Amino acid sequence: MKRRDFLKGCLISGAAASLGVPSKSLAVGSFEGYPDAMGILVDTTRCVGCRSCEAACNKEQKLPEPDVPFDDLSVFEEKRRTTEKAYTVVNRYEAGDGKDPQFRKMQCNHCNEPGCLTSCFVNAYTKTREGAVIYDSKICVGCRTCMVACPFNIPAYSYSSAFNPVVKKCIFCYHTRLKYGKPPACVEICPREVLTFGLRSDLIKIAHERIRETPDRYIDHLYGEKELGGTSWMYLAAVPPEKIGLDETVGNEPIISNVKEFLGMVPMVLTIWPALFTGFHLLATRNKDHGADHHTHSEQEDGKK
Amino acid sequence: MQTKRFWLAGMMATVLLATVPGTGRGITIPDTVTLHSQSKLYEPFVFPHAKHILIVKECSNCHHHTTGTLVQDPNCIRCHRNSSETAVVSCKGCHLPDAFTATAIKEKNKKIYHRDMPSLKAAMHQSCIDCHNKMKQGPVGCQDCHVYTKEGAAFYNSGEFAPKKKPAKGSHGGH
Ligand code: SF4
Ligand code: SF4
Repeated sequence: MKRRDFLKGCLISGAAASLGVPSKSLAVGSFEGYPDAMGILVDTTRCVGCRSCEAACNKEQKLPEPDVPFDDLSVFEEKRRTTEKAYTVVNRYEAGDGKDPQFRKMQCNHCNEPGCLTSCFVNAYTKTREGAVIYDSKICVGCRTCMVACPFNIPAYSYSSAFNPVVKKCIFCYHTRLKYGKPPACVEICPREVLTFGLRSDLIKIAHERIRETPDRYIDHLYGEKELGGTSWMYLAAVPPEKIGLDETVGNEPIISNVKEFLGMVPMVLTIWPALFTGFHLLATRNKDHGADHHTHSEQEDGKK
Repeated sequence: MQTKRFWLAGMMATVLLATVPGTGRGITIPDTVTLHSQSKLYEPFVFPHAKHILIVKECSNCHHHTTGTLVQDPNCIRCHRNSSETAVVSCKGCHLPDAFTATAIKEKNKKIYHRDMPSLKAAMHQSCIDCHNKMKQGPVGCQDCHVYTKEGAAFYNSGEFAPKKKPAKGSHGGH
């Protein structure tokens, strides 16, 4: 069985279907993503930190009112992370060496082999053929496993309903745009075309072409082309990835290789988990009626180091 | 986008414009170009073209090889060293207003050259801001050029639409 089939198996008939797969075959070869998968090339050298993409995301996804206006640039004083209220945030990084500060938009990278998807016990996640990693909040039990599994620290949780905490993250505007062949809202609004929307395979060519044509502008690396088995969102930069908060230690192996042992638990978990979790949750929320607000807050605090 | 032509730029501009290619062939060079006339989020914005001709002088800095003057970008020179003036010189003549429609993407895919051409909006913002940064003059902030419409202010949660409750000092996360 090929990895691709494996992934399909996950999608179609649940993770349990994949159990017979010898674990070796999971760790070798590479799933390049669906052939007609779309992607975004993020050229961080073009970003001026205007935060229009954040505003567009907020409106498109009907997210709650922000804390400060989207044209308030004081937010750059700290490093923010994605939250249940903001599926994308732009951060500023001091590049040093007399270079101008760099800006990078962050959001879900829509991995070819998503750690969130493979770690999810209840199969709430789907990798669509267009490349988006989406989730069904009706299925999500709010267990936060995907949050731990994501190498980019992306999924956040909404606690607005105490009985049904659900995952919240960028979905590539799948339901309102991508499905219809349209680029996400952030791409459309970006004044500098930091975000180029296209077939992932084309974007890889375009990215390398940009590096070749203007070698002084870029370091010779397309982050996300190979990392973690490849991601739909890929980054070009003037500085090494870690300078703009992109983890270089993630390696090129997809997360799936790390969680395969974990998957062995799935059938058992699948049968008892929902019931178990509902129970847990009832208990937890009952005891925490007053603490709920505070809890949310400390989650946020954790994220912004 | 409407273009206007009036000769108010004075002697200096007249002299300079006379040396600009195309004028001899009766091509109109607009003194101003009104941008954003269709925009929902911003008021229309008048780009002072004549002023830029006076300051920049070299047409190819913005118009690439289309004006028939010497191109400077080493990547353009590879093909356009001796290119003459093209029929279309304006930005919107080549740069698409929407670069990411399915057809645009398919079309792009077939091209060998110019396949990575930015959209109209991006071409302008890249040209303007990069040059203003480099020359250390001219506006670089969004609102230095663009004035919100009511819808624009709402979109950015700005001005009268600014969030009411002030977050605790130093906290942007939370609630
Ligand atoms: S970036 Fe994280 S949340 Fe997004 S697809 Fe990859 S593992 Fe999942
Ligand atoms: S809209 Fe574009 S230029 Fe503005 S912050 Fe987002 S990515 Fe950067």
